[in-house]
Amino acid sequence: MAESVPAADVHAHDDHGHHEQSFASKYLFSTDHKMIAMQYMFTGMAMALIGGFFAYAFRMQLAFPGMDVPFWGQVSAAEYNALVTNHGTIMIFWVAMPVLIAAFGNYLIPLMCGCDDMVFPRLNRLSYQIFLLSAVVLIASFFVEGGAFGGAWTAYPPLSAKAEYSLTPLGSTIWVIAVALEFVAFLLGGINFVTTAMNSRAEGMGMYDIPVVIWMIVIASILFMASVGPLIAGAVMLVFDQTLGTNFFDPDRGGDPILWQHLFWFFGHPEVYVVLLPALGITADIMATFSRKKIFAYKTVLYTTFATGVLSFMVWAHHQFIAGVDPRMAHVFTITTLLISIPIAELCFVYIATLYKGSITLSTPMLWALAFLGEFLIGGVTGIFLGASGADVYFHDTYFVLAHFHYTFFPIAIIGTFAGVTYWFPKMFGRMMNETLGKIHFWGTVIPFNCIFIPLFFLGMGGQHRRIYNYENFPELAGQGMQDIRIFATVSLLVMLAFQVVFFINFIMSLRSGKKAPNNPWRANTLEWQTPSPPPHGNFGSEMPKVYRGPYEYGTPGREEDFWPQNAPS
Amino acid sequence: MTDLIANYVPSLSTYSADIDGLIILIAWLVGFWYVLCNIVFFYFIFRYRAKPGVPTSYVTGEEKELKRWITIPHLLVLVCDLFIIYGAVRVWVDVKQTLPETPYATVRVISQQWAWSFVHPGADGKLDTADDIKTVDDLHIVKDKPYIYELMARDVLHDFSVPVFRLKQDAIPGRTIKGWFQATATGVYDIQCAEICGIGHGVMAGRIHISTEEQHAAWIAENTPAAALADMPQADTPNPKALAAR
Ligand code: HEM
Ligand SMILES: [Cu+2]
Ligand SMILES: [Cu+2]
Repeated sequence: MAESVPAADVHAHDDHGHHEQSFASKYLFSTDHKMIAMQYMFTGMAMALIGGFFAYAFRMQLAFPGMDVPFWGQVSAAEYNALVTNHGTIMIFWVAMPVLIAAFGNYLIPLMCGCDDMVFPRLNRLSYQIFLLSAVVLIASFFVEGGAFGGAWTAYPPLSAKAEYSLTPLGSTIWVIAVALEFVAFLLGGINFVTTAMNSRAEGMGMYDIPVVIWMIVIASILFMASVGPLIAGAVMLVFDQTLGTNFFDPDRGGDPILWQHLFWFFGHPEVYVVLLPALGITADIMATFSRKKIFAYKTVLYTTFATGVLSFMVWAHHQFIAGVDPRMAHVFTITTLLISIPIAELCFVYIATLYKGSITLSTPMLWALAFLGEFLIGGVTGIFLGASGADVYFHDTYFVLAHFHYTFFPIAIIGTFAGVTYWFPKMFGRMMNETLGKIHFWGTVIPFNCIFIPLFFLGMGGQHRRIYNYENFPELAGQGMQDIRIFATVSLLVMLAFQVVFFINFIMSLRSGKKAPNNPWRANTLEWQTPSPPPHGNFGSEMPKVYRGPYEYGTPGREEDFWPQNAPS
Repeated sequence: MTDLIANYVPSLSTYSADIDGLIILIAWLVGFWYVLCNIVFFYFIFRYRAKPGVPTSYVTGEEKELKRWITIPHLLVLVCDLFIIYGAVRVWVDVKQTLPETPYATVRVISQQWAWSFVHPGADGKLDTADDIKTVDDLHIVKDKPYIYELMARDVLHDFSVPVFRLKQDAIPGRTIKGWFQATATGVYDIQCAEICGIGHGVMAGRIHISTEEQHAAWIAENTPAAALADMPQADTPNPKALAAR
């Protein structure tokens, strides 16, 4: 990384010089997009361990109420709420977003667009620093008086707004501040992603030559930036209610608790697509590479994604069917929600069609990509039940909802991440990962995942509602049959967590002694594979790439090779 | 599959079967697409595994004869959506937008951290009179009679959920939300708070007692407040604001 910067590399940033860099400037204060990507990725993975540990602690409590959970202790009702709340918050804001958008966005946008770095490298560095701060602030909330916030990741007031209701005077405020800081970090990041992808592409790379994963990250960033504004305003009001005694959400003094729900879900629903799209993009690129096929109807994929993005702003109140808003509103949001199923279904069809007449290799990244599609399909079809107002009357706030959204989020945040990491690992670290360990880890994750969450659909159908630390108080939910299902889900979780050790072993072993990776081990077309693994500082050496064709020219008739790199002159 | 939900939770209100029916309709429709997608998906994975000497194909997806394999299913999905929307709207209008014209009685449901209070009309059948019967965590109603409920919250959001009725409605401080139900069987069932409301959310359970008219009359006779028996005209109007202030 310390090699001299080529002449073509006209860097605006002055702080990584042409000489040997100190540890701090290389690893902590770097403005290199690849290093910032790694920082986001490792921070995200560390947070995933914390979020997973929380899931372990509260699932143990559900399976064996009152037990002394190893490494945690007794889980009280207050702790249970705090664990669930922060599990959800961490998994979405500190795992899915940093890894999928920030890590892959930072790593891939300059490399796949053929430029030397982000347009605003220092803004990029600031984005990570604020993000790291936000993570520290969130974790700190567990150590303040009163404990961490336990009012659910949706933080509905009045519970979240007044200490006398939540009983976490400091925890609630720290939670809101941490989330707000995280938003600031991603606003800075988003500006960079969109600008870089739109303005700094290699010569010859037209709009339709951009790989799907880059489009998806760009659209996701736009969705995020367009939806988060109202919620930041809401967060400010919430902090004022908590600390200054204002009453934006207090109905007895002219406020309205429902206002928060609109602000939250106006952001919260697009947010689902913010994390979904990068995962869809990663899958698209992997599926093209390992089935040696063009993406089926590339332009349709783009237009469909745009349509999904626009529609995602019009469905938010399907989270509020029974929240006490005017019941006539439910019809509008049932219609928009079912309409959004059409572009999503279309995307699923197109992805499946990409396999048609291909030449499929079931490598580890490909297995993850296919599993993403297969599992996400379950999340998609179960969402229809919840979008239909009349059916949501029963399912709202049950484990059916919970299982549904874990069938979307788990494929996104966990399966999508493993797909991306195993696919780009050779490029990132210059070494190949071990395929056998990769496959053991794959099956050891995907099978237990289904064993955890399929049973939860049935608990939901049986009327089990969410965020309850102990079902013994509800006679209809306290039977041994339901308890056995809870135990089965928890044991499956333990199995899945144990298999993650295989991943870390594989990761570290491959990092140290994996086979040296060639530039283009998967024989892929996109630009990041046309430079050394790992790419040098400045990415492409002395000559920046020129682009002659789209990213998915696999199996072009009349060519000897079944791939055709974007920058190959002919 | 006809008892998808009723297998787990008995269906005991006049609209619970409609909600279950909608869920079953959706299950068939999405089940069809799910199975179809999976058949094609796994068929492709096995059929097009890389084989030495067999090259891949160049398919852009813009070819008309191929693209219709996407376009037609996608129109069919739209048709399915229309059925689901129709079903959802019908059920919703009945459950949430209609109130019985001649209710048998109105009950008041007041939620607070972490208990349910219920106000039942006494022998006169009217609320806000001296013979109202107030209970904590136990709601008493008559089978086969349309009821209106008035739902309130004193502090934070709660949710009045009676799974056997398929009834669920958030309670919001500062508002009174009206809805209805009509039970079709007698018995004692769960009332759950289905909206997180603080550390006691997990203990916020109530019971609904559904009985025959005679049993209910006996319960009223037994529980009518002494003050009302003495025929004192002084009415105790439970104003939610005043209650909240206490
Ligand atoms: C590691 C495997 C996971 C398990 C076993 C798990 C399990 C659970 C369970 C049982 C709950 C509900 C607890 C309750 O309501 O009482 C929950 C809540 C939640 N989970 Fe997960 N989860 C996992 C991974 C994830 C991931 C990857 C995400 C998102 C990227 C996620 C997001 C959420 C959210 C948003 C909530 C709602 C929190 C709330 O109610 O405030 N989970 N999880
Ligand atoms: Cu409650
Ligand atoms: Cu509650």
